[in-house]
Amino acid sequence: MSQDPLEGCRISAGKKSAVSLGKALHPPNLLVVVEGTCGACVAASPVSAPEGSCSYNVAHHHLCVCVRVCMAWQGLQKGETLASLKQESENLRRKLEEERGKLTDVELHQVAEKVETVAALSIKTRRVLKGHGNKVLSMDWCKDKRRLVSSSQDGKVIVWDAFTLNKEHGITLPCTWVMACAYAPSGCAVACGGLDNKCSVVPLSLDRNENVTAKKKSVAMHTNYVSGCSFTNSDMQLLTSSGDGTCALWDVESGQLLQSFHGHTADVLSLDLAPSETGNTFVSGGCDMKANVWDMRSGQNIQSFDNHQSDINCVKYYPSGDAFASASDDATCRFYDLRADREVAVYQKDSIIFGASSVDFSLSGRLLFAGYNDYTINVWDVLKGTRVSVLFGHENRVSRVRVSPDGTALCSASWDNTLRVSRT
Amino acid sequence: MPGAANIVAMKKIVQQLRFEAGINRVKVSQAAADLQQFCMQNAQQDPLLTGMSSSNNPFRPQKVCSFL
Repeated sequence: MSQDPLEGCRISAGKKSAVSLGKALHPPNLLVVVEGTCGACVAASPVSAPEGSCSYNVAHHHLCVCVRVCMAWQGLQKGETLASLKQESENLRRKLEEERGKLTDVELHQVAEKVETVAALSIKTRRVLKGHGNKVLSMDWCKDKRRLVSSSQDGKVIVWDAFTLNKEHGITLPCTWVMACAYAPSGCAVACGGLDNKCSVVPLSLDRNENVTAKKKSVAMHTNYVSGCSFTNSDMQLLTSSGDGTCALWDVESGQLLQSFHGHTADVLSLDLAPSETGNTFVSGGCDMKANVWDMRSGQNIQSFDNHQSDINCVKYYPSGDAFASASDDATCRFYDLRADREVAVYQKDSIIFGASSVDFSLSGRLLFAGYNDYTINVWDVLKGTRVSVLFGHENRVSRVRVSPDGTALCSASWDNTLRVSRT
Repeated sequence: MPGAANIVAMKKIVQQLRFEAGINRVKVSQAAADLQQFCMQNAQQDPLLTGMSSSNNPFRPQKVCSFL
């Protein structure tokens, strides 16, 4: 199987341009699919070059295209037709189900029957962060366990000190709906993005008088909205998910695309990196109802789960890295074990009919906090599959829930323009 | 070649499925036991689960200072 040598590479073209591939990359049966959006108009249209040739004319200035060299297409193998491939894919899917089923000797909640039930929680709201002028769409904690960054529909990104309620920085983006924000591991910068199709990194200054917005630097460029972002282990690399159906890994300094991840067939709404001890993988979820696990280095989709019946709004790794949870518009949250390669729990109740927008685990992984569109946060016992508690307080949809890095507090962001920090 | 893109896409799907079918899996009983063990090991250090004393929690309700 050939690699995709130019997958994800970007070429800026002038009026007329030819993609010159080296002879080694240009065997006679190469099918090149050129797709991209024109800088002038936003209609994206794929153009396929005839077999054997690799040149294309571009009529517009500043056409930024993503040239994807599809796998070396040797033509159909003997006896292969579209129908036979479809049949094979169906057989493989059935085989996958069988393999997964063979190992299901017991359910998670059965194994957990002997475990003590969780004592009643008395989690209360301790801080209400007011200041956003519109729906708060996302938030992220800083590693120092007291600062957090939040982003809103009004285009503002605010960095708060959650202890004192002090607003430390305010960043204004030129677009509305800033759907993604993340704190850098060093605490010295934040990343944010949304309807501008970009993800920008803003270094935070200790100098109060300095205009942080001016130092904003565009790193990621997608062809549709940015739905999620996360720094990797350092401030140097940024992982983004987008409405264009892809995820991408970027070098912050140069803005270069390091790796792109293709496989989702609709908007990707969320991503989460595996806890650092477990290696270079991340999970993503999207409108195609699938949750995919990816290898960051190769770009390969390692595992895929399609149990949800509607858009997956959020995915989050279990603290050990061996499992992850997802929240969906189908009003359920689900728990998947990566080593067993299957869904092992569904968190649902007949009385819960609104979509779940966000999930996060407590430090030990025993509790799953899930924010819903009915303004509540349900707290689930991960092992037993039962609901432990319901947190009220928000006056509109909960858009994001995140447990602080030391596990002492839960922050929830909402369409009621506020964030709440709660603890026992 | 209108059919070409479909075939290429189909081939990719089949290759991906072959890859996924071939990975190693463990039994759910084993996986569940490990998940449970992780929870149990870390339960005491989980402040939201077990609660924590007011004195070392930074989000405790503010005490009012009075002048002596």
